[in-house]
Amino acid sequence: MLNTKNKSDRFIYHFNPEETEITMQTKNLEVYYGKSLAMHNADIQFQKNTITALIGPSGSGKSTYLRSLNRMNDDIATVKGQILYQGVDINQPKIDVYEVRRRIGMVFQRPNPFAKSIYGNITFALERRGVHDKRVLDEVVEKTLKQAAVWDQVKDNLHKSAQSLSGGQAQRVCIARALAVEPDVLLLDEPASALDPVSTQQLEQTLRELKKDYTIIIVTHNMQQAARLSDYTVFFNLGEAIEYNKTRKIFTRPKIELTDDYVSGNFG
Amino acid sequence: MNRTQKQSQIAILLLRLIAALVVLILAFLIGYIFITGLPNVSWKFLTSPAKAFTAGGGIGVQLFNSIYLLILAMIISLPIALGASIYLSEYAKDNWFTSMIRTAIEILSSLPSVVVGLFGFLLFVVQFNYGFSIISGALTLTIFNLPLLTRNIEESLASVSDDQRQGGLGLGLSKYETIVHIVVPAALPGIISGVILCSGRVFGEAAALIYTAGQSAPALNFGDWNPFNIDSPLSPLRPAETLAVHIWKINSEGIMPDLTQVSSGSAAVLVLAILIFNLSARYIGRKIFEKMTSMN
Repeated sequence: MLNTKNKSDRFIYHFNPEETEITMQTKNLEVYYGKSLAMHNADIQFQKNTITALIGPSGSGKSTYLRSLNRMNDDIATVKGQILYQGVDINQPKIDVYEVRRRIGMVFQRPNPFAKSIYGNITFALERRGVHDKRVLDEVVEKTLKQAAVWDQVKDNLHKSAQSLSGGQAQRVCIARALAVEPDVLLLDEPASALDPVSTQQLEQTLRELKKDYTIIIVTHNMQQAARLSDYTVFFNLGEAIEYNKTRKIFTRPKIELTDDYVSGNFG
Repeated sequence: MNRTQKQSQIAILLLRLIAALVVLILAFLIGYIFITGLPNVSWKFLTSPAKAFTAGGGIGVQLFNSIYLLILAMIISLPIALGASIYLSEYAKDNWFTSMIRTAIEILSSLPSVVVGLFGFLLFVVQFNYGFSIISGALTLTIFNLPLLTRNIEESLASVSDDQRQGGLGLGLSKYETIVHIVVPAALPGIISGVILCSGRVFGEAAALIYTAGQSAPALNFGDWNPFNIDSPLSPLRPAETLAVHIWKINSEGIMPDLTQVSSGSAAVLVLAILIFNLSARYIGRKIFEKMTSMN
């Protein structure tokens, strides 16, 4: 383990790549909205099959960072630096951005089922990619809905509109939809902020299960959620990653005073 | 009761009166048209051809012409309006070119229909040599209809939540796939309401058609549906007086003895059709929305 303590007021944990499998990492990432720098100083590595939480006050750059990881910021912002996915820099013009987004799936803040049936929501992206075999599609629908832990609730209503579902169920269908295109990484942008406590708890349980097969990165404004759910936590403030460490350490013995202030509720 | 409360009550009363007045005027107009018109409407009236000099003429041909022209005009204008509104709502950046397009659409939508009609006369009837014909009328109606339809569809598209677009892009779909397969279907209830509302407007239009589709309704051979025969109902090159033009025509130069009855009967049919368009626009839009968002 190479723990590099930054001389200034930041601490970023670094894995030893020989011991740990790194799915994604960013190097010298800078995001500009127009000419103004919105996010920088976030050289973070994400370990395979873990949940990493991005926390921080509003406007701290955590969502901007997350959305850069699968290039959802392409039309909105200028992203400089390297985003390495399985060793390949995906922040280059020649990279197929659609393939990037297939491998690095995203679930959004508000559940956004399409105006299609539950079944249609899940098979849609596959059908656009030329998969029309009914048997294959049926299997994918059942598998992903089971992974997202919503199969039992919707299996008798697969051809009903997905927009009629409750928030919690709709959000799980959206997770199943993201899983249907077989990503490795799942990015979640405050996925529980529109859900009630019970649905939130179920969602967290689902994510813990999914960790076995996917690398999960989740933005949350809810510190308890980060503490309960994640293995690693990044604390963002004013467009910088201030501290990155094991979640346990962030919440019990943070190395940076600012992190301490934030997790103990002194600001934010 | 203090002064503010009193003021507020008087204001509410006044506003209610004004609202009631609007409804009253509409009810009076529709009531008058139906009471004087509907007794003249019969199945025979709706299906038989008009008579120029004798009593007992119907509006069969005119009614058919109105519907046929409406369908043709919509077939031409819907793809153009859909394309234009998708461009404006989804792709266009905020620059001088886009604002020029928007200004052009606004000017086009505020042109008096008689001016559009005269333009259609010069371009389609004279220049393109289509004569007074269904096709001249349909193209002119397209010009008349396009701005409103484009605006309607654009608003429906803009009202689709951005979450839907993000969802599509997040699955690795292209922007075009996302628009065609996610945004447009989500906007469908609004688009269909808009199309039906525009249909009502086109159906009742007279001024734009007087000099383009013409003022005569030659007898049609309803046994011949080959569009290339000139007396076929589907022939796009025959002149076609519509119901709205018919009302204008018989009131300005009609000489049949039952002129008043024919006129008021036609007016009742026209208003009824437009009412149906307007009410069904809401109903169908709502039904589709319910179907898309409900468990049944």
